[in-house]
Amino acid sequence: MVNDTPKIQVHDLNFFYGATQALFNITMDIPPRRVTALIGPSGCGKSTFLRTMDRMNDIIDGARMTGEVLIDGNNIYAPGTDVVRLRRNVGMVFQKSNPFPKSIFDNVAYGPRIHGVKKQAELVEIVQRSLTRAALWDEVKDRLPENAMGLSGGQQQRLCIARALAVDPEILLMDEPASALDPKSTARVEELIGELRDQYTIVIVTHNMQQAARVSDLTAFFYEGRLIEFDRTKRIYTNPAKKQTEDYITGRFG
Amino acid sequence: MKNAGEGLTYLGLRLATYSVVLVIGYILADIIWHGIPALSWEFLSGPPRQSGAAGGILPAIVGTFYLVSGTLLVALPLGIGGALYLSEYATRNRLTMAIRLAISTLAGVPSIVFGLFGLGLFVIFCNFGASILAGALTLACMVLPTIIVACEEALLAVPQGLRSSSLALGATKWQAIRTNVLPYSLPGMLTGTILAIGRAAGETAPILLTAAAFFLPRLPGSIFDQVMALPYHLYILATQHPEAEKVRPMQYATALVLLLLVLGITMGATILRSRFRKKYRW
Ligand SMILES: Nc1ncnc2c1ncn2[C@@H]1O[C@H](COP(=O)(O)OP(=O)(O)O)[C@@H](O)[C@H]1O
Ligand SMILES: [Mg+2]
Repeated sequence: MVNDTPKIQVHDLNFFYGATQALFNITMDIPPRRVTALIGPSGCGKSTFLRTMDRMNDIIDGARMTGEVLIDGNNIYAPGTDVVRLRRNVGMVFQKSNPFPKSIFDNVAYGPRIHGVKKQAELVEIVQRSLTRAALWDEVKDRLPENAMGLSGGQQQRLCIARALAVDPEILLMDEPASALDPKSTARVEELIGELRDQYTIVIVTHNMQQAARVSDLTAFFYEGRLIEFDRTKRIYTNPAKKQTEDYITGRFG
Repeated sequence: MKNAGEGLTYLGLRLATYSVVLVIGYILADIIWHGIPALSWEFLSGPPRQSGAAGGILPAIVGTFYLVSGTLLVALPLGIGGALYLSEYATRNRLTMAIRLAISTLAGVPSIVFGLFGLGLFVIFCNFGASILAGALTLACMVLPTIIVACEEALLAVPQGLRSSSLALGATKWQAIRTNVLPYSLPGMLTGTILAIGRAAGETAPILLTAAAFFLPRLPGSIFDQVMALPYHLYILATQHPEAEKVRPMQYATALVLLLLVLGITMGATILRSRFRKKYRW
Protein backbone atom coordinates (compact mmCIF):
# COMPACT_ATOMS: atom_id res chain seq x y z
CA MET A 1 0.00 0.00 0.00
CA VAL A 2 2.93 2.30 0.46
CA ASN A 3 3.29 2.16 -3.33
CA ASP A 4 -0.11 3.78 -3.97
CA THR A 5 -0.08 7.40 -5.06
CA PRO A 6 -1.21 9.20 -1.91
CA LYS A 7 -4.74 10.57 -1.85
CA ILE A 8 -3.95 13.24 0.69
CA GLN A 9 -0.51 14.73 1.17
CA VAL A 10 0.30 16.98 4.07
CA HIS A 11 3.52 18.98 3.91
CA ASP A 12 5.04 20.71 6.88
CA LEU A 13 1.76 21.81 8.39
CA ASN A 14 1.73 24.22 11.32
CA PHE A 15 -1.52 25.32 12.85
CA PHE A 16 -2.28 28.15 15.26
CA TYR A 17 -5.29 29.20 17.32
CA GLY A 18 -4.40 32.85 17.80
CA ALA A 19 -1.00 32.76 19.48
CA THR A 20 -1.15 29.09 20.57
CA GLN A 21 0.27 26.57 18.19
CA ALA A 22 -1.80 23.39 17.97
CA LEU A 23 0.08 21.47 15.26
CA PHE A 24 3.80 21.36 14.59
CA ASN A 25 5.44 20.44 11.27
CA ILE A 26 3.10 17.66 10.28
CA THR A 27 4.11 15.79 7.15
CA MET A 28 2.18 12.72 6.18
CA ASP A 29 0.84 10.87 3.11
CA ILE A 30 -2.55 9.23 3.35
CA PRO A 31 -3.17 6.43 0.83
CA PRO A 32 -6.43 6.03 -1.12
CA ARG A 33 -9.12 3.50 -0.18
CA ARG A 34 -7.68 2.70 3.19
CA VAL A 35 -8.74 3.50 6.71
CA THR A 36 -6.26 5.73 8.48
CA ALA A 37 -6.74 6.16 12.21
CA LEU A 38 -5.51 9.18 14.16
CA ILE A 39 -4.88 8.37 17.81
CA GLY A 40 -3.41 10.23 20.73
CA PRO A 41 -4.40 11.75 24.06
CA SER A 42 -7.20 14.29 24.11
CA GLY A 43 -6.04 17.79 23.15
CA CYS A 44 -3.13 16.57 21.01
CA GLY A 45 -4.59 18.10 17.84
CA LYS A 46 -6.33 15.16 16.11
CA SER A 47 -9.55 17.07 15.41
CA THR A 48 -7.68 20.15 14.33
CA PHE A 49 -5.64 18.09 11.91
CA LEU A 50 -8.73 16.36 10.55
CA ARG A 51 -10.42 19.70 9.94
CA THR A 52 -7.51 20.99 7.88
CA MET A 53 -8.43 18.40 5.26
CA ASP A 54 -11.82 19.89 4.42
CA ARG A 55 -10.98 23.43 5.50
CA MET A 56 -13.51 23.40 8.32
CA ASN A 57 -10.96 25.37 10.32
CA ASP A 58 -11.66 28.32 8.04
CA ILE A 59 -14.73 29.17 10.07
CA ILE A 60 -12.81 29.47 13.34
CA ASP A 61 -11.96 33.05 14.26
CA GLY A 62 -8.25 33.69 14.63
CA ALA A 63 -7.13 30.32 13.23
CA ARG A 64 -4.10 30.38 10.97
CA MET A 65 -1.92 27.79 9.29
CA THR A 66 1.23 27.36 7.24
CA GLY A 67 2.23 24.47 5.03
CA GLU A 68 0.26 22.56 2.42
CA VAL A 69 -2.51 20.02 2.17
CA LEU A 70 -2.80 18.37 -1.24
CA ILE A 71 -5.67 16.21 -2.38
CA ASP A 72 -4.99 14.31 -5.61
CA GLY A 73 -1.97 16.56 -6.00
CA ASN A 74 -3.87 19.86 -5.73
CA ASN A 75 -3.19 22.23 -2.86
CA ILE A 76 -6.59 22.82 -1.28
CA TYR A 77 -5.33 26.04 0.30
CA ALA A 78 -4.26 27.54 -3.01
CA PRO A 79 -5.94 30.89 -3.71
CA GLY A 80 -9.06 30.41 -5.80
CA THR A 81 -9.83 26.95 -4.44
CA ASP A 82 -13.55 26.22 -4.59
CA VAL A 83 -14.26 25.29 -0.96
CA VAL A 84 -17.77 24.12 -1.80
CA ARG A 85 -16.40 21.64 -4.33
CA LEU A 86 -13.72 20.57 -1.90
CA ARG A 87 -16.28 19.80 0.79
CA ARG A 88 -18.39 17.82 -1.65
CA ASN A 89 -15.38 15.68 -2.27
CA VAL A 90 -14.44 15.42 1.39
CA GLY A 91 -17.29 14.38 3.66
CA MET A 92 -17.20 14.82 7.40
CA VAL A 93 -18.91 12.97 10.24
CA PHE A 94 -18.79 14.68 13.61
CA GLN A 95 -18.38 13.33 17.09
CA LYS A 96 -21.81 14.43 18.17
CA SER A 97 -24.32 13.12 15.69
CA ASN A 98 -26.27 16.13 14.54
CA PRO A 99 -29.09 15.29 12.19
CA PHE A 100 -31.05 18.26 10.94
CA PRO A 101 -34.45 18.53 12.61
CA LYS A 102 -36.05 17.54 9.33
CA SER A 103 -37.37 14.29 7.92
CA ILE A 104 -35.01 11.37 7.40
CA PHE A 105 -35.42 11.81 3.67
CA ASP A 106 -34.68 15.55 3.76
CA ASN A 107 -31.57 14.93 5.85
CA VAL A 108 -30.03 12.67 3.25
CA ALA A 109 -31.33 14.76 0.34
CA TYR A 110 -29.92 17.96 1.86
CA GLY A 111 -26.52 17.79 0.18
CA PRO A 112 -27.76 16.80 -3.30
CA ARG A 113 -30.43 19.51 -3.11
CA ILE A 114 -28.03 22.35 -2.30
CA HIS A 115 -25.86 21.11 -5.13
CA GLY A 116 -28.75 21.50 -7.54
CA VAL A 117 -30.42 18.07 -7.82
CA LYS A 118 -34.11 18.88 -8.28
CA LYS A 119 -35.74 15.80 -9.79
CA GLN A 120 -37.61 13.86 -7.14
CA ALA A 121 -36.87 10.49 -8.79
CA GLU A 122 -33.16 11.22 -8.72
CA LEU A 123 -33.31 12.30 -5.07
CA VAL A 124 -35.23 9.17 -4.13
CA GLU A 125 -32.58 7.09 -5.83
CA ILE A 126 -29.72 8.91 -4.08
CA VAL A 127 -31.42 8.68 -0.69
CA GLN A 128 -32.00 4.95 -1.03
CA ARG A 129 -28.45 4.30 -2.24
CA SER A 130 -26.86 6.38 0.54
CA LEU A 131 -28.98 4.86 3.30
CA THR A 132 -28.20 1.39 1.98
CA ARG A 133 -24.50 2.11 1.96
CA ALA A 134 -24.75 3.44 5.50
CA ALA A 135 -26.48 0.19 6.54
CA LEU A 136 -29.57 2.04 7.64
CA TRP A 137 -32.02 1.48 4.79
CA ASP A 138 -33.77 -1.57 6.21
CA GLU A 139 -34.38 0.16 9.52
CA VAL A 140 -35.82 3.37 8.12
CA LYS A 141 -37.26 2.58 4.71
CA ASP A 142 -40.83 2.72 6.05
CA ARG A 143 -40.36 5.95 7.99
CA LEU A 144 -38.52 8.28 5.62
CA PRO A 145 -40.95 11.19 6.21
CA GLU A 146 -40.48 11.00 9.98
CA ASN A 147 -38.33 13.48 11.84
CA ALA A 148 -34.74 12.29 12.15
CA MET A 149 -34.57 13.44 15.76
CA GLY A 150 -36.71 10.42 16.62
CA LEU A 151 -34.00 7.95 15.64
CA SER A 152 -31.76 6.29 18.23
CA GLY A 153 -28.26 7.65 18.78
CA GLY A 154 -26.63 4.92 16.71
CA GLN A 155 -29.14 5.36 13.90
CA GLN A 156 -28.61 9.13 13.98
CA GLN A 157 -24.88 8.66 13.52
CA ARG A 158 -25.40 6.29 10.60
CA LEU A 159 -27.85 8.80 9.16
CA CYS A 160 -25.10 11.42 9.34
CA ILE A 161 -22.82 9.02 7.49
CA ALA A 162 -25.54 8.46 4.86
CA ARG A 163 -25.97 12.22 4.59
CA ALA A 164 -22.25 12.62 3.97
CA LEU A 165 -22.24 9.80 1.39
CA ALA A 166 -25.14 11.37 -0.49
CA VAL A 167 -22.93 14.05 -2.04
CA ASP A 168 -20.68 11.30 -3.36
CA PRO A 169 -17.36 12.14 -1.70
CA GLU A 170 -14.14 10.25 -2.25
CA ILE A 171 -12.80 11.01 1.20
CA LEU A 172 -14.62 10.54 4.48
CA LEU A 173 -13.37 12.23 7.63
CA MET A 174 -14.75 10.94 10.92
CA ASP A 175 -14.12 12.60 14.25
CA GLU A 176 -14.72 10.06 17.01
CA PRO A 177 -17.90 8.88 15.27
CA ALA A 178 -18.70 6.27 17.89
CA SER A 179 -17.58 7.92 21.11
CA ALA A 180 -21.11 8.83 22.16
CA LEU A 181 -22.63 5.47 21.25
CA ASP A 182 -23.39 2.31 23.20
CA PRO A 183 -21.26 -0.78 22.47
CA LYS A 184 -23.79 -2.32 20.11
CA SER A 185 -24.16 0.81 18.00
CA THR A 186 -20.40 1.24 18.08
CA ALA A 187 -19.95 -2.25 16.66
CA ARG A 188 -22.46 -1.39 13.96
CA VAL A 189 -20.58 1.76 12.98
CA GLU A 190 -17.26 -0.09 12.98
CA GLU A 191 -18.75 -2.77 10.76
CA LEU A 192 -19.97 -0.06 8.43
CA ILE A 193 -16.50 1.48 8.23
CA GLY A 194 -15.24 -1.95 7.21
CA GLU A 195 -17.79 -2.04 4.40
CA LEU A 196 -16.91 1.45 3.17
CA ARG A 197 -13.15 0.99 3.14
CA ASP A 198 -12.93 -0.30 -0.45
CA GLN A 199 -14.69 2.70 -1.96
CA TYR A 200 -13.57 5.60 0.21
CA THR A 201 -10.45 7.06 1.68
CA ILE A 202 -11.34 7.18 5.35
CA VAL A 203 -9.57 9.14 8.05
CA ILE A 204 -10.94 8.45 11.50
CA VAL A 205 -10.08 10.06 14.81
CA THR A 206 -10.51 7.90 17.82
CA HIS A 207 -9.18 7.84 21.33
CA ASN A 208 -10.24 4.24 21.62
CA MET A 209 -7.15 2.24 20.73
CA GLN A 210 -8.95 -1.07 20.37
CA GLN A 211 -11.21 0.61 17.87
CA ALA A 212 -8.28 1.96 15.90
CA ALA A 213 -6.76 -1.52 15.92
CA ARG A 214 -10.01 -3.07 14.70
CA VAL A 215 -10.96 -0.72 11.89
CA SER A 216 -7.81 0.81 10.47
CA ASP A 217 -5.09 -0.14 8.02
CA LEU A 218 -2.77 2.64 9.11
CA THR A 219 -2.41 4.45 12.37
CA ALA A 220 -0.91 7.84 13.14
CA PHE A 221 0.00 8.64 16.71
CA PHE A 222 -0.15 12.30 17.69
CA TYR A 223 1.25 13.78 20.85
CA GLU A 224 1.15 17.43 21.87
CA GLY A 225 0.56 18.63 18.34
CA ARG A 226 3.27 16.52 16.75
CA LEU A 227 3.03 13.44 14.60
CA ILE A 228 5.11 10.95 16.54
CA GLU A 229 4.69 7.87 14.43
CA PHE A 230 2.74 6.80 11.35
CA ASP A 231 2.76 3.23 10.11
CA ARG A 232 0.70 0.14 9.39
CA THR A 233 -1.68 -0.41 12.25
CA LYS A 234 -0.35 -3.90 12.86
CA ARG A 235 3.13 -2.60 13.25
CA ILE A 236 2.16 0.30 15.50
CA TYR A 237 0.44 -2.11 17.83
CA THR A 238 2.99 -4.89 17.82
CA ASN A 239 6.27 -3.22 17.28
CA PRO A 240 6.20 0.60 17.49
CA ALA A 241 9.39 2.42 16.60
CA LYS A 242 9.05 5.16 19.21
CA LYS A 243 9.03 4.84 22.95
CA GLN A 244 6.22 7.41 23.29
CA THR A 245 3.99 5.38 21.01
CA GLU A 246 4.65 2.26 22.97
CA ASP A 247 3.92 4.01 26.26
CA TYR A 248 0.63 5.29 24.92
CA ILE A 249 -0.41 1.96 23.39
CA THR A 250 0.39 0.05 26.53
CA GLY A 251 -1.60 2.56 28.50
CA ARG A 252 1.18 4.15 30.46
CA PHE A 253 -0.34 7.61 29.85
CA GLY A 254 -3.24 9.33 28.09
CA MET B 1 -30.31 28.55 63.32
CA LYS B 2 -29.57 28.04 59.68
CA ASN B 3 -33.14 26.90 59.11
CA ALA B 4 -34.58 29.94 60.81
CA GLY B 5 -32.47 32.22 58.58
CA GLU B 6 -33.56 30.39 55.51
CA GLY B 7 -37.21 30.55 56.52
CA LEU B 8 -36.92 34.29 57.05
CA THR B 9 -35.32 34.82 53.64
CA TYR B 10 -38.03 32.74 52.06
CA LEU B 11 -40.73 34.74 53.81
CA GLY B 12 -39.13 38.00 52.68
CA LEU B 13 -39.00 36.86 49.08
CA ARG B 14 -42.58 35.71 49.27
CA LEU B 15 -43.75 39.03 50.67
CA ALA B 16 -41.88 40.89 47.94
CA THR B 17 -43.59 38.80 45.28
CA TYR B 18 -46.99 39.20 46.86
CA SER B 19 -46.67 42.95 47.13
CA VAL B 20 -45.81 43.24 43.43
CA VAL B 21 -48.73 41.03 42.49
CA LEU B 22 -50.97 43.00 44.82
CA VAL B 23 -50.09 46.35 43.29
CA ILE B 24 -50.53 45.09 39.73
CA GLY B 25 -53.73 43.32 40.71
CA TYR B 26 -55.10 46.51 42.23
CA ILE B 27 -54.29 48.55 39.12
CA LEU B 28 -55.85 45.94 36.85
CA ALA B 29 -58.94 45.58 38.99
CA ASP B 30 -59.39 49.33 39.16
CA ILE B 31 -59.13 49.71 35.39
CA ILE B 32 -61.42 46.78 34.67
CA TRP B 33 -63.95 47.83 37.31
CA HIS B 34 -64.25 51.38 36.03
CA GLY B 35 -63.59 50.62 32.39
CA ILE B 36 -66.16 47.97 31.63
CA PRO B 37 -69.26 50.12 32.23
CA ALA B 38 -68.06 52.64 29.64
CA LEU B 39 -67.19 49.96 27.08
CA SER B 40 -69.77 49.62 24.36
CA TRP B 41 -69.92 48.76 20.71
CA GLU B 42 -70.38 52.42 19.92
CA PHE B 43 -67.27 53.26 21.96
CA LEU B 44 -65.16 50.73 20.07
CA SER B 45 -66.50 51.44 16.60
CA GLY B 46 -67.31 55.14 16.58
CA PRO B 47 -65.33 58.35 16.19
CA PRO B 48 -64.82 60.62 19.18
CA ARG B 49 -67.13 63.61 19.61
CA GLN B 50 -66.88 66.81 21.67
CA SER B 51 -63.08 66.53 21.67
CA GLY B 52 -63.23 63.11 23.26
CA ALA B 53 -65.88 63.76 25.88
CA ALA B 54 -68.31 61.56 24.01
CA GLY B 55 -68.36 59.10 21.14
CA GLY B 56 -65.80 56.36 20.62
CA ILE B 57 -62.12 55.70 20.06
CA LEU B 58 -62.07 53.84 16.75
CA PRO B 59 -59.58 56.27 15.11
CA ALA B 60 -57.21 55.78 18.03
CA ILE B 61 -57.50 51.98 17.82
CA VAL B 62 -56.92 52.04 14.10
CA GLY B 63 -54.07 54.53 14.48
CA THR B 64 -52.28 52.40 17.05
CA PHE B 65 -52.84 49.35 14.87
CA TYR B 66 -51.25 51.11 11.89
CA LEU B 67 -48.33 52.38 13.96
CA VAL B 68 -47.68 48.94 15.40
CA SER B 69 -47.92 47.21 12.02
CA GLY B 70 -45.64 49.80 10.44
CA THR B 71 -43.14 49.33 13.25
CA LEU B 72 -43.21 45.55 12.78
CA LEU B 73 -42.75 45.90 9.04
CA VAL B 74 -39.69 48.13 9.46
CA ALA B 75 -38.12 46.68 12.59
CA LEU B 76 -38.41 42.96 11.92
CA PRO B 77 -36.32 42.79 8.72
CA LEU B 78 -33.81 45.31 10.08
CA GLY B 79 -33.59 43.44 13.38
CA ILE B 80 -33.12 40.07 11.72
CA GLY B 81 -30.58 41.53 9.32
CA GLY B 82 -28.62 43.19 12.11
CA ALA B 83 -28.67 40.07 14.26
CA LEU B 84 -27.60 37.88 11.34
CA TYR B 85 -24.70 40.18 10.62
CA LEU B 86 -23.57 40.41 14.22
CA SER B 87 -23.87 36.77 15.19
CA GLU B 88 -23.25 34.90 11.94
CA TYR B 89 -20.99 37.05 9.81
CA ALA B 90 -19.12 39.68 11.81
CA THR B 91 -15.84 38.76 13.43
CA ARG B 92 -15.02 40.12 16.85
CA ASN B 93 -13.20 43.37 16.27
CA ARG B 94 -13.30 47.01 17.34
CA LEU B 95 -16.11 47.89 14.95
CA THR B 96 -18.48 45.12 16.02
CA MET B 97 -17.66 45.78 19.65
CA ALA B 98 -18.59 49.44 19.10
CA ILE B 99 -21.82 48.36 17.40
CA ARG B 100 -22.72 46.12 20.31
CA LEU B 101 -21.99 48.89 22.78
CA ALA B 102 -24.15 51.25 20.75
CA ILE B 103 -27.00 48.75 20.73
CA SER B 104 -27.01 48.23 24.47
CA THR B 105 -26.74 51.98 25.02
CA LEU B 106 -29.60 52.69 22.65
CA ALA B 107 -31.76 50.17 24.49
CA GLY B 108 -31.47 52.37 27.56
CA VAL B 109 -32.19 55.73 25.92
CA PRO B 110 -35.43 57.34 27.20
CA SER B 111 -38.27 57.18 24.72
CA ILE B 112 -38.74 60.96 24.58
CA VAL B 113 -35.23 61.21 23.15
CA PHE B 114 -36.27 58.87 20.36
CA GLY B 115 -39.34 61.08 19.89
CA LEU B 116 -37.17 64.17 19.45
CA PHE B 117 -34.81 62.25 17.16
CA GLY B 118 -37.78 61.15 15.04
CA LEU B 119 -39.04 64.71 14.93
CA GLY B 120 -35.69 65.95 13.69
CA LEU B 121 -34.95 63.17 11.21
CA PHE B 122 -38.24 61.86 9.87
CA VAL B 123 -40.71 64.69 10.41
CA ILE B 124 -38.51 67.65 9.53
CA PHE B 125 -35.43 66.48 7.65
CA CYS B 126 -37.11 63.74 5.57
CA ASN B 127 -40.16 65.97 5.37
CA PHE B 128 -42.63 63.18 6.15
CA GLY B 129 -44.48 65.54 8.50
CA ALA B 130 -46.19 64.18 11.59
CA SER B 131 -47.49 60.95 10.07
CA ILE B 132 -47.91 57.21 10.44
CA LEU B 133 -44.69 56.78 8.51
CA ALA B 134 -42.65 59.05 10.76
CA GLY B 135 -44.21 57.55 13.90
CA ALA B 136 -43.63 53.96 12.83
CA LEU B 137 -40.03 54.70 11.87
CA THR B 138 -39.44 56.40 15.22
CA LEU B 139 -40.96 53.48 17.12
CA ALA B 140 -38.89 51.10 15.01
CA CYS B 141 -35.69 52.93 16.00
CA MET B 142 -36.72 52.68 19.61
CA VAL B 143 -37.43 48.93 19.61
CA LEU B 144 -34.65 47.94 17.23
CA PRO B 145 -31.98 47.36 19.92
CA THR B 146 -34.29 45.05 21.85
CA ILE B 147 -35.26 43.24 18.68
CA ILE B 148 -31.67 42.73 17.58
CA VAL B 149 -30.79 41.25 20.96
CA ALA B 150 -33.84 38.96 20.87
CA CYS B 151 -33.03 37.84 17.33
CA GLU B 152 -29.42 37.18 18.27
CA GLU B 153 -30.57 35.00 21.15
CA ALA B 154 -32.83 33.09 18.80
CA LEU B 155 -29.88 32.52 16.45
CA LEU B 156 -27.62 31.41 19.29
CA ALA B 157 -30.22 28.86 20.38
CA VAL B 158 -29.72 26.96 17.11
CA PRO B 159 -27.02 24.34 17.77
CA GLN B 160 -23.66 25.10 16.20
CA GLY B 161 -23.59 21.55 14.80
CA LEU B 162 -26.33 22.37 12.30
CA ARG B 163 -24.19 25.10 10.80
CA SER B 164 -21.01 23.04 10.61
CA SER B 165 -22.84 19.99 9.24
CA SER B 166 -24.35 22.08 6.48
CA LEU B 167 -21.00 23.63 5.63
CA ALA B 168 -19.32 20.23 5.69
CA LEU B 169 -21.82 19.04 3.08
CA GLY B 170 -20.69 21.84 0.81
CA ALA B 171 -23.29 24.47 1.63
CA THR B 172 -22.24 28.08 1.34
CA LYS B 173 -22.58 30.13 4.48
CA TRP B 174 -25.80 31.70 3.27
CA GLN B 175 -27.25 28.33 2.23
CA ALA B 176 -26.47 26.96 5.67
CA ILE B 177 -28.15 29.91 7.34
CA ARG B 178 -31.15 29.93 5.04
CA THR B 179 -31.86 26.21 5.28
CA ASN B 180 -30.68 25.24 8.73
CA VAL B 181 -30.54 28.31 10.93
CA LEU B 182 -33.26 30.77 9.95
CA PRO B 183 -36.16 28.29 9.85
CA TYR B 184 -35.46 27.21 13.41
CA SER B 185 -34.78 30.66 14.80
CA LEU B 186 -37.58 32.52 13.04
CA PRO B 187 -40.26 31.67 15.63
CA GLY B 188 -38.00 32.95 18.41
CA MET B 189 -37.20 36.07 16.44
CA LEU B 190 -40.84 36.73 15.75
CA THR B 191 -41.79 36.24 19.39
CA GLY B 192 -39.07 38.54 20.66
CA THR B 193 -40.01 41.16 18.11
CA ILE B 194 -43.72 41.01 18.90
CA LEU B 195 -43.02 41.30 22.62
CA ALA B 196 -40.86 44.37 22.03
CA ILE B 197 -43.50 45.90 19.81
CA GLY B 198 -46.18 45.14 22.36
CA ARG B 199 -44.37 47.44 24.73
CA ALA B 200 -43.97 50.05 22.02
CA ALA B 201 -47.71 50.01 21.40
CA GLY B 202 -48.25 51.64 24.77
CA GLU B 203 -45.59 54.35 24.40
CA THR B 204 -46.65 57.97 24.16
CA ALA B 205 -43.42 59.92 24.01
CA PRO B 206 -42.05 58.64 20.67
CA ILE B 207 -45.28 59.36 18.79
CA LEU B 208 -46.10 62.57 20.61
CA LEU B 209 -44.07 64.67 18.18
CA THR B 210 -43.98 62.38 15.18
CA ALA B 211 -47.42 60.91 14.52
CA ALA B 212 -50.13 61.51 17.06
CA ALA B 213 -53.02 63.85 16.47
CA PHE B 214 -54.79 65.52 19.35
CA PHE B 215 -58.24 65.08 17.87
CA LEU B 216 -58.87 63.62 14.42
CA PRO B 217 -62.22 61.90 14.20
CA ARG B 218 -61.70 60.47 10.70
CA LEU B 219 -59.67 57.39 9.82
CA PRO B 220 -56.23 57.84 8.20
CA GLY B 221 -56.14 57.57 4.42
CA SER B 222 -52.42 57.14 3.78
CA ILE B 223 -49.16 56.62 5.62
CA PHE B 224 -48.54 60.36 5.38
CA ASP B 225 -51.59 61.10 7.53
CA GLN B 226 -51.46 61.99 11.16
CA VAL B 227 -53.33 59.57 13.40
CA MET B 228 -54.83 59.33 16.81
CA ALA B 229 -53.27 56.68 19.02
CA LEU B 230 -54.51 54.98 22.17
CA PRO B 231 -51.76 55.96 24.62
CA TYR B 232 -51.74 59.56 23.44
CA HIS B 233 -55.53 59.77 23.50
CA LEU B 234 -55.46 58.48 27.05
CA TYR B 235 -52.87 61.06 28.01
CA ILE B 236 -55.00 63.83 26.50
CA LEU B 237 -58.16 62.64 28.22
CA ALA B 238 -56.45 62.30 31.56
CA THR B 239 -54.39 65.47 31.69
CA GLN B 240 -55.21 67.87 28.90
CA HIS B 241 -58.97 67.70 28.73
CA PRO B 242 -60.79 70.77 30.10
CA GLU B 243 -63.30 68.52 31.81
CA ALA B 244 -61.05 65.73 33.04
CA GLU B 245 -63.51 64.69 35.75
CA LYS B 246 -66.39 64.35 33.33
CA VAL B 247 -64.49 62.13 30.89
CA ARG B 248 -63.25 59.81 33.64
CA PRO B 249 -65.22 56.79 32.32
CA MET B 250 -63.77 57.37 28.85
CA GLN B 251 -60.27 57.39 30.34
CA TYR B 252 -60.86 54.07 32.06
CA ALA B 253 -62.37 52.47 29.00
CA THR B 254 -59.51 53.69 26.81
CA ALA B 255 -56.98 52.36 29.32
CA LEU B 256 -58.78 49.03 29.33
CA VAL B 257 -58.71 48.77 25.54
CA LEU B 258 -55.00 49.62 25.46
CA LEU B 259 -54.33 47.09 28.17
CA LEU B 260 -56.25 44.36 26.37
CA LEU B 261 -54.43 45.17 23.15
CA VAL B 262 -50.97 44.90 24.75
CA LEU B 263 -52.02 41.82 26.68
CA GLY B 264 -53.33 40.24 23.48
CA ILE B 265 -50.06 40.91 21.65
CA THR B 266 -47.99 39.54 24.53
CA MET B 267 -50.13 36.46 24.93
CA GLY B 268 -50.12 35.78 21.22
CA ALA B 269 -46.32 35.91 21.21
CA THR B 270 -46.06 33.66 24.24
CA ILE B 271 -48.40 31.06 22.75
CA LEU B 272 -46.45 31.17 19.50
CA ARG B 273 -43.24 30.57 21.40
CA SER B 274 -44.47 27.61 23.42
CA ARG B 275 -45.92 26.04 20.27
CA PHE B 276 -42.54 26.16 18.56
CA ARG B 277 -40.61 25.17 21.67
CA LYS B 278 -42.49 21.90 21.54
CA LYS B 279 -41.80 21.49 17.87
CA TYR B 280 -38.02 21.84 17.92
CA ARG B 281 -36.16 20.08 20.64
CA TRP B 282 -32.51 19.37 20.16
N1 LIG C 1 -11.63 26.52 18.38
C1 LIG C 1 -10.51 26.49 19.12
N2 LIG C 1 -10.00 27.64 19.60
C2 LIG C 1 -8.86 27.62 20.36
N3 LIG C 1 -8.19 26.52 20.68
C3 LIG C 1 -8.66 25.35 20.24
C4 LIG C 1 -9.85 25.26 19.45
N4 LIG C 1 -10.08 23.97 19.16
C5 LIG C 1 -9.08 23.28 19.75
N5 LIG C 1 -8.22 24.10 20.40
C6 LIG C 1 -7.01 23.68 21.15
O1 LIG C 1 -6.14 23.03 20.26
C7 LIG C 1 -5.59 21.88 20.85
C8 LIG C 1 -5.93 20.66 20.01
O2 LIG C 1 -7.32 20.44 20.07
P1 LIG C 1 -8.04 19.29 19.26
O3 LIG C 1 -7.60 19.35 17.86
O4 LIG C 1 -9.50 19.41 19.52
O5 LIG C 1 -7.47 17.99 19.98
P2 LIG C 1 -8.05 16.50 20.00
O6 LIG C 1 -9.08 16.37 18.93
O7 LIG C 1 -6.85 15.65 19.77
O8 LIG C 1 -8.60 16.28 21.36
C9 LIG C 1 -6.14 21.80 22.25
O9 LIG C 1 -5.17 22.35 23.13
C10 LIG C 1 -7.35 22.67 22.22
O10 LIG C 1 -7.56 23.29 23.45
MG1 LIG D 1 -11.16 15.93 19.16
